[in-house]
Amino acid sequence: MTARIGVVTFPGSLDDRDTQRAIRLAGAEPVALWHKDKDLKQVDAVVLCGGFSYGDYLRAGAIARFSPVMDTLVDQAKAGLPVLGICNGFQILTEAHLLPGAMLGNDHLHFICRDQKLRVENAETAWTSDYTAGQEISIPLKNMDGRYVADAYTLDKLEAEGRVAFRYLTRGEAAEGYGNPNGSLNDIAGITNDAGNVVGLMPHPEHATEPLIGTGRTDGLPFFTSILKKLVTA
Amino acid sequence: MSRTPLDTVEHAAATPDVELPWAELGLKKDEYERVVEILGRRPTGAELAMYSVMWSEHCSYKSSKVHLRQFGEKAPESDALLVGIGENAGVVDVGQGYAVTFKVESHNHPSYVEPYQGAATGVGGIVRDIIAMGARPVAVVDPLRFGAADHPDTKRVLPGVVAGIGGYGNCLGLPNIGGEVVFDACYQGNPLVNAGAIGVMRHEDIHLAKASGAGNKVILYGARTGGDGIGGASILASETFDDAKPSKRPAVQVGDPFQEKLLIECTLEAFAEKLVVGIQDLGAAGLSCATSELASNGSGGMRVTLDDVPLRDSTLSPEEILMSESQERMCAVVEPEKVDRFLEICEKWDVIATVIGEVTDGDRLEIYWHGGKIVDVDPRTVAHEGPVYERPYARPAWQDALQADDANKLPRPRSAEELRAQVLKLVASPNQASKKWITQQYDHFVQGNTVLAMPEDSGMIRIDEETGLGVAIATDGNGRYAKLDPYTGAQLALAEAYRNVAATGAKPLAVSDCLNFGSPEDPAVMWQFAEAVRGLADGCRQLGTPVTGGNVSLYNQTGEAAIHPTPVVAVLGVIDDVARRTPVAFQEEGQLLYLLGDTREEFGGSAWSQVVHDHLGGLPPEVDLERERLLAEILISASRDGMIDSAHDLSDGGLIQAVVESALLGGKGARLVVPDGLDAFTFLLSESAGRAIVAVPRSEEVRFTDMCGARGLPATRIGVVDGDTVEIQGEFDLPLTELREAHENTIPALLA
Repeated sequence: MTARIGVVTFPGSLDDRDTQRAIRLAGAEPVALWHKDKDLKQVDAVVLCGGFSYGDYLRAGAIARFSPVMDTLVDQAKAGLPVLGICNGFQILTEAHLLPGAMLGNDHLHFICRDQKLRVENAETAWTSDYTAGQEISIPLKNMDGRYVADAYTLDKLEAEGRVAFRYLTRGEAAEGYGNPNGSLNDIAGITNDAGNVVGLMPHPEHATEPLIGTGRTDGLPFFTSILKKLVTA
Repeated sequence: MSRTPLDTVEHAAATPDVELPWAELGLKKDEYERVVEILGRRPTGAELAMYSVMWSEHCSYKSSKVHLRQFGEKAPESDALLVGIGENAGVVDVGQGYAVTFKVESHNHPSYVEPYQGAATGVGGIVRDIIAMGARPVAVVDPLRFGAADHPDTKRVLPGVVAGIGGYGNCLGLPNIGGEVVFDACYQGNPLVNAGAIGVMRHEDIHLAKASGAGNKVILYGARTGGDGIGGASILASETFDDAKPSKRPAVQVGDPFQEKLLIECTLEAFAEKLVVGIQDLGAAGLSCATSELASNGSGGMRVTLDDVPLRDSTLSPEEILMSESQERMCAVVEPEKVDRFLEICEKWDVIATVIGEVTDGDRLEIYWHGGKIVDVDPRTVAHEGPVYERPYARPAWQDALQADDANKLPRPRSAEELRAQVLKLVASPNQASKKWITQQYDHFVQGNTVLAMPEDSGMIRIDEETGLGVAIATDGNGRYAKLDPYTGAQLALAEAYRNVAATGAKPLAVSDCLNFGSPEDPAVMWQFAEAVRGLADGCRQLGTPVTGGNVSLYNQTGEAAIHPTPVVAVLGVIDDVARRTPVAFQEEGQLLYLLGDTREEFGGSAWSQVVHDHLGGLPPEVDLERERLLAEILISASRDGMIDSAHDLSDGGLIQAVVESALLGGKGARLVVPDGLDAFTFLLSESAGRAIVAVPRSEEVRFTDMCGARGLPATRIGVVDGDTVEIQGEFDLPLTELREAHENTIPALLA
């Protein structure tokens, strides 16, 4: 048996087909979900993919968060449904208050697209169990509004509870994808909720799932195999 | 307030003496007289608006048409061409039932006035051309040219253009996989912002811009029509109506990429359900262009009710509605019984769609406003029978002196130390430096099919996940070469793009071009244009790659000073399995470096002559297209049979530029030996065409050199991939760290 993983398409979603492909490559079954539809089609998990939902108008993720599909999603996520938010999906999850904090414009004020070095900080979430804590990976980053911010109390809490899931690796050369690419506080690239079922990150694991394509690395595939294993053995 | 009576067809016939502002709208006196002759009366204001925009240089190609015919007349026999010149974009057969459409267009003038929106809407326009053929857009490329890199205005124009391309293209979800960035003082007041796009479809899904079948409905969908992008129409409107309306309209359009993304998805869904008979995007000349082209390409006429066009600004006059260049709009012809379903799909994507007219069985284009008929024309006279000029052209008097000023006679470095310093200066010069600061502002991963993107020799996209079928595209142009000799310069641009496609392992199939020149009213410019077109047409015939379409941009000129003639050529290629692609980066230490082709003393127009001597003179490198074809065949065979692990074409900056790029990308150095018969300077910096370097695994050396020998391609072993320096034995060493700093810091230092 396999798992059915939903991918929501909002108007302006861009990586929905790519995410469906990544789910397929991991061995699960992708299910297309539509933003106007409250029905999650009984999927076992959901990915909110990257893109510019509603053109990022007003604020990235701010309008998508009010879509009918989000009503159901928020309830079910609180009840334990695994949800992964990638880039714009992460922005939507913070706007929907499923994850704390917010994303501001990159500190250098430019869109940035590059292969980014990350460290996996928490390998115990529903989406990261196929990694090991401390593992260093490289997956594409591409965004305009990727600067993670939160108040001091929230940051302390995230750190204390081990809820920083991914951190930008800052020790090496920028030319090789090291460095904090946007001014995120504490070099945070991704976080998880307390229960570990909701994870959001700015870089794009779905773009690092096939040799030859994109960066030619497959460092992003474990996101999708992690969730598959969890669902199939559950 | 009182209004003058509506200028209907009847009114125009009854008031033959009314003076219309044809000159302000850009028409010449004889052109206006021709309109009167065609109609047998004076045109209405609306008709004048349509003729004036459709007969503009931009839409009618009136100065270039007589030359462009050569692309058809000299077209090589090719099985690959499914749709040729004249449609929104050409379509090429790439096998396995797939067809690919691609095109390059200019958005030069708006991008100088308003860099962000000018460049953004350039991307939007070319992408709509692609969807109008029935294809899903899969990638974009952007050949860009700016003034001197250190000129203060370049810091205004370039960041705006780059942000505009990124802001629009990234939001559409199209990977940006190629293009160029060139700096030259000649583009100071006339930056060239060319935009290219590729789309993929199945053969049976090709759509054309034609309105056929009486009774079929004409549906306008996408953004509401506003007052943006109206040039002369406001002059006309203000003469016709009172002043109770905004007077100054912005002439540069404003883009909304989110709306365009919805337009793409909704159009593709309508195609998938076979709801569309004919389709046209609204670009230059807006509704005037879409209605007249759809009607003139179809079998019938068309009746349009302009009152039904959804407006952003209810005060727009009918003339302005016809001329508006509001972005993100398309026009579809749909059978009546399929209209409901079409509108449903539009609603699903929150796209406004309105039936504005229908196809008639006559042969007239009739447009109504407030119940009156304001346009009644033969659409062919608007769309296809505009004026054609045989503009005078003459080889400029200064051409001989320019060519006599031989760059081969410039002082050369006298020591190894001086040569080293010049090489370092060259790889750090703005034109040769890394453009990563620019290209990393573009998404090149989206859609998950990008195999190669800049700074590779060509961008490559997988189009079939099962078989690995892929397409490659490269764009090239060198205005310096073309200034020295436009005929050869155009062929060098073609040769370079062709070579770049082959270097990645793909077989070149077809060509699109964007021809950027100064004013056609200057006989010297017109000569450059005529020579470049002749060179390109001859070259395409010889290489067997037909021109599928393209774009001409004239009047790139400030006062008397025209830009360098700049034909930009895009070559599209196909590769059976993208797993066999060849990258630029050195892969493994110990692999052998071979130089393919002949190196001569050729420095005319070279990067060296520009960077070291600020010189432009002499003759550009010689072109040998048979050699280019042979080199391409070798590069493709070697890729397919696994004989090479990296390849890089040699062009501006010569061999050393290519070696430095391959070394930095791979993080591996090279030890080079100057071959017998060449001096180090010529070996490293000459720009002879028809050359590439390849890295050959030792196990493949014999097989590779045997193949080159048997086919008659000179292959010279010049060194080995090794270490962390680029070493020219007996001359000098350049550590990769020093090279990286020189190569990668220039652009951020100038622009960030």
